[in-house]
Amino acid sequence: MKEIQIAVIGAGPAGLAAAIELAKAQGNVTLFDENTKPGGQLFKQIHKFFGSSEHLAGTRGYNIGKQLLRETEKLGVNVILDAPVYAIYPDKTISYSHQNREQAIKAEKIILATGATENALAFPGSTLPGVMGAGAAQTMINVHRVLPGKKVLMIGSGNVGLIVSYQLLQAGADVVALIEAAPQIGGYGVHAAKIRRAGVPIYISHTIQKVMGKNEVVAAQIVQLDDNRQPIPGSEKILEVDTVCMAVGLSPLTELAWLMGCEFAYIPQLGGHIPKHNHNMETTVSGLYVAGDITGVEEASTAMEEGRLAGIACAQALGLYDQEKAHTLKKEIWNRLNTLRTGPFGKIRKFAKDELLKISREGTA
Amino acid sequence: MRITKHPILGEDCEIELVTIFVDGKPIQAKKGEPIAAALLAAGIRKFRITPKDKNPRGIFCGIGRCTDCIMTVNGQPNVRTCITPVEEGMIIESQIGLGKWSDKE
Amino acid sequence: MKQGIKYTGTPSWEELESAPGRPSQQRLEKGPVAFIECVQEIPCNPCEKACPFQAITVASPITNLPRLNEEKCTGCGICIASCPGLAIFKIDLNYSPTTALVEFPYEYYPLPEEGEVVPCANRWGKFVAQGKVLKIKNPRTYDGTSTIAVEIPKAFYLDVRTICRKEDY
Ligand SMILES: Cc1cc2nc3c(=O)[nH]c(=O)nc-3n(C[C@H](O)[C@H](O)[C@H](O)COP(=O)(O)OP(=O)(O)OC[C@H]3O[C@@H](n4cnc5c(N)ncnc54)[C@H](O)[C@@H]3O)c2cc1C
Ligand code: SF4
Ligand code: SF4
Ligand code: FES
Repeated sequence: MKEIQIAVIGAGPAGLAAAIELAKAQGNVTLFDENTKPGGQLFKQIHKFFGSSEHLAGTRGYNIGKQLLRETEKLGVNVILDAPVYAIYPDKTISYSHQNREQAIKAEKIILATGATENALAFPGSTLPGVMGAGAAQTMINVHRVLPGKKVLMIGSGNVGLIVSYQLLQAGADVVALIEAAPQIGGYGVHAAKIRRAGVPIYISHTIQKVMGKNEVVAAQIVQLDDNRQPIPGSEKILEVDTVCMAVGLSPLTELAWLMGCEFAYIPQLGGHIPKHNHNMETTVSGLYVAGDITGVEEASTAMEEGRLAGIACAQALGLYDQEKAHTLKKEIWNRLNTLRTGPFGKIRKFAKDELLKISREGTA
Repeated sequence: MRITKHPILGEDCEIELVTIFVDGKPIQAKKGEPIAAALLAAGIRKFRITPKDKNPRGIFCGIGRCTDCIMTVNGQPNVRTCITPVEEGMIIESQIGLGKWSDKE
Repeated sequence: MKQGIKYTGTPSWEELESAPGRPSQQRLEKGPVAFIECVQEIPCNPCEKACPFQAITVASPITNLPRLNEEKCTGCGICIASCPGLAIFKIDLNYSPTTALVEFPYEYYPLPEEGEVVPCANRWGKFVAQGKVLKIKNPRTYDGTSTIAVEIPKAFYLDVRTICRKEDY
């Protein structure tokens, strides 16, 4: 079997950043992704990103992806696309399919940067054609340039729901309304303000009751919720829509970490079950690292920093960096991660992340 | 519906087209796009009928994870149309239930 | 209903009034100036870097609200397109004796024409007044974001923030 030094699985911002750091340290990296284009979430994101100037804030997501890609090319990272990895084994053998062939390769170190996957909601009519994940709608409009529908109801007011609503408007669809079951908007106010300015109503404390239609969506019924999240009789509203998009959260994509026998912690604020890991992003399985949304759903900026961190720690473990150099580099990254995790939104994530590190430490001591 | 003009992505200049056949009807598709995108562009949203409850289904995840969008393509059932690129002359059929292999061996 | 950006998706007057990115009334009277409607502490700072006159400060931590130094601000409008939140506007209160100029970011297709009269909307997307498009800017450096300056009746300078999008405004 072919042997390689380092395998990075997932070519989103976390995986790309990890590969770049490792290549800079003269490591021999191979990057795998199931898609035909690298970039992960970034390639659907046509809005300008938040974050600090160091994190390329103000640059549109897909352009950040292009920049990272150019760097991996310049550094000579081996990128294998169209290569879903479906299993990894404790001896670090990686099974993937590529060009319709099953293949296997063995790596000394593995970094998992597989990102997250969209959650779904079930309600009467939720399987009708026209009901879809917000990510599906986003892929259709921004990558393939087709509208999945003309009149859309968006469920969920996190950043994904807000941003995809805005992008649907930009693509020429009408977003009839956005509903949110919680008594407040989940995502950034500035994203909400964009769609409000375009005349899209946001109904907080509202949920979907059913979607009507025989062969496809023709309408949706929403209802207001009281303080105990119970439907208020008489507050039902029927919206004429042909598409219902769900943006009800993401869950880390952790199958490969389960297969490797990693220990997990359950942290709801980060999206559910997360592989335990230490300050080096190393899991409870030696030589297996994690970075990005798989360690808790956050942002591209934090995903890139975590990718760098995992890359440097991995380089250190391989002896490519000495203790001192690695320590300095890692400290800089932790400082940046900590400033990114401030403010009312970041604070919650920092708390959850610290909790995760604590659980991991106690669990593995 | 296609998005030909876009404030950020600009004009769509990929114009190489192929013809595919959907339940016998010829449809123009953009070379290399997934089957699902071509169908949505043509206003087709119902891709199949589920085996047990006979319910219609269309795309859900758009990235190859959920298998809601499966159809019979060139005689092969259960093809995920959201990640399978169109090819000239492709024959696509709405899948009823579990689908049937058209070329019985 | 509860007011505030967390509940409605639009900043309330209280939030706007206490925002450190808001210029004073005296400054507004003096000439064109930026009006930064960024009222929530999020990790973001491109506006700080974009201003060629160092009139915007976010500093550290990055979640600080952007603060406008209204003396330094020349009202050039360069910061508008740099904000990923589309939260920065430019206001020239005394554009003429009866009209004000409001410049805002715009990322929809199609763009209006310069000279065209367009229905202008407030933060809720509701029609406020007709406005005349004075100038549209979208150089490469704006990366797809355009800025549109409209001339509107002076009374509406705090309301007009965009062009109506919905057909039934
Ligand atoms: C609508 C939306 C808007 C956003 N806006 C912002 C923003 O403004 N600013 C910001 O900082 N962040 C934003 N984000 C978040 C950001 O995109 C993600 O946090 C970031 O992409 C996570 O990076 P990642 O590398 O961990 O995962 P991903 O980008 O999801 O990449 C993971 C990659 O791994 C691949 N993969 C998974 N499993 C396998 C496997 N078994 N085999 C092979 N490949 C596999 C996936 O296909 C994917 O390409 C947004 C996200 C969404 C959905
Ligand atoms: S208008 Fe010009 S001077 Fe004023 S804050 Fe913006 S960029 Fe700076
Ligand atoms: S760039 Fe915009 S959203 Fe970001 S801090 Fe500045 S004003 Fe706020
Ligand atoms: S829509 Fe989910 S696999 Fe195609």
